[in-house]
Amino acid sequence: MKQGVNPDDLTRPFWEAANEERLVIQNCVACDRLQHPPAETCSKCGSDASLEWKEMSGRGRIYHYGVVHDCPIRLLQEDQPFNCAVINLDEDPGIQMYSHLPGTPVDEVPVGAAVELVFDTAANGQKVPEWRVVADS
Amino acid sequence: MATENAPQSMYRAREGLGVWEHRGQVAAVGIGHGPTSRRWDGKPDTSVGAISLLALRKAIEDAGVNPDDIDGLVMDELTTTGAFWPSGQELPWDVINAYNRTDAPLDGITQLSAEWILKNMPELTGVQFTMYGRVCMSNAIVVAAQAIGEGRAHTCLVLKAWHNLPGRYYQTGPNADDAIPGTNAMRSLWGAPACYGTAIQFAQYCRKYGKNHDMMAPFISNSRRNGLRFPEGYWAQHRPEEITPEDYMAARWIAKPANLFDNDIPIMCSAAYLFTTAERARHLKQKPVYILGHASSRGQARSFIPTLDEVEAECASSGRKLMEAAGITVDDVSFENLYDGFPQFHQFHMEGLRYRGMQPGDALDFYQTDISISGPNPVSPSGGNIGSGRSRFWMHTDCIQQIQRRAGERQVTGVEPVIGVSGGPMPTGGNFTCWSATPDY
Repeated sequence: MKQGVNPDDLTRPFWEAANEERLVIQNCVACDRLQHPPAETCSKCGSDASLEWKEMSGRGRIYHYGVVHDCPIRLLQEDQPFNCAVINLDEDPGIQMYSHLPGTPVDEVPVGAAVELVFDTAANGQKVPEWRVVADS
Repeated sequence: MATENAPQSMYRAREGLGVWEHRGQVAAVGIGHGPTSRRWDGKPDTSVGAISLLALRKAIEDAGVNPDDIDGLVMDELTTTGAFWPSGQELPWDVINAYNRTDAPLDGITQLSAEWILKNMPELTGVQFTMYGRVCMSNAIVVAAQAIGEGRAHTCLVLKAWHNLPGRYYQTGPNADDAIPGTNAMRSLWGAPACYGTAIQFAQYCRKYGKNHDMMAPFISNSRRNGLRFPEGYWAQHRPEEITPEDYMAARWIAKPANLFDNDIPIMCSAAYLFTTAERARHLKQKPVYILGHASSRGQARSFIPTLDEVEAECASSGRKLMEAAGITVDDVSFENLYDGFPQFHQFHMEGLRYRGMQPGDALDFYQTDISISGPNPVSPSGGNIGSGRSRFWMHTDCIQQIQRRAGERQVTGVEPVIGVSGGPMPTGGNFTCWSATPDY
């Protein structure tokens, strides 16, 4: 099971949206550029005033994956081995998210396949964005 | 004397800066290593401060300089391998009080300030310049070289040390908690171990170029073989165990495609060098090893993990910067000691440098050829972290020793050790140095 999440000032909009089963990513209006993980300022122009949260479509592709056999997180150790994939968002393939790829057998990950957004529940009830392989991709 | 972090202006992080303005004017003239151990045993004479005092005094003795003549100290005050003093655990006052302490009680135990060093080395009466080159010896070397070149010091100690405490690597603290802050959760909620990002890059590399994990085996075996010939190293001192290709391919996965031997081992260790001007170096005990140039990379990943494209572009840039700074071409390089901890970094560094004409995707085939110290294409003669434990400094010591012909059983014999390159750690964030037997190569 994933650790619980205690939203902080920087990330609260992301986690609140997740609890509504929406994915939002930080966007710099001035640069028209997404950034993730979120930061206090835009990594390109340095502005903090032009940052907003933008809702994503929930579509992406698997960039690549590893299989975790020796996890440092106590709560996840009983789930070993498990997939840990990097997802590129369709809106901007430069934006990555992690995924355990629920429903995909361990080490049978179709690299490059299309994925869609689903939500997992962490130890404290916080909903967490996850990704599932689209069946006919 | 307050010690500050080196300004970014001391690092040469852009292409087009030309030949290093102090090319051949700075030399390494002394080396000292403290004893290694797997974890600190809690005794005063094995603390990270204690082994660093030993390393510094050995470097001074090796160089044959009078401690009074030393006027600079460049080091890193960060020493953790990932281990922190457990919250709520009583401080080790017997160890703290065994030395001249600073305001930070754990100074000399889980951190190491220049102030602590100077308080405990009263023989260093002339130090006027101190500076932190944070993160690795690779940083400290660049800062010290730049400091001497700029005339901020003329005879400068360079130090990097690491501590490791009881307990498994990264298994305590927030990783053992039931909940974590939202910012941390963005990255760590999925449980990826430290090697994961590199494993992903390596997986993408193999996919792109049609290579596979087993092709790393000759490199790993060669690195450990070289490390067992490094008497200052952890494996040579404590566990003289070869890694055969079969051992490597049978090792358990950590984050597939990275297995146990694709990870280095955190240890207690400390190394010190003595740098001085080329002019002063000529009159000292050891053959000087001159610095022709240095270069740094400061790549920024767009998102969590640098992509293969980002890694390859940054490594190629680092290679160009280093050759430009040194005023040579890669054909002049006798041997390479680029970073290997994680070993799956090494092919990126080597290909970026274009070592022996390598292009992206060539390195794993190169590993299947003679990469030994006796061949014409030595790869990592130091053995790096795989050969001697996680220090990130064996590669620098080896470059100096090879060129001085003091590498003992590791001495390269298939090439003339005239020019060596070392550096790292990260493909998208590291510092690199070009060493030479002569100041005017």
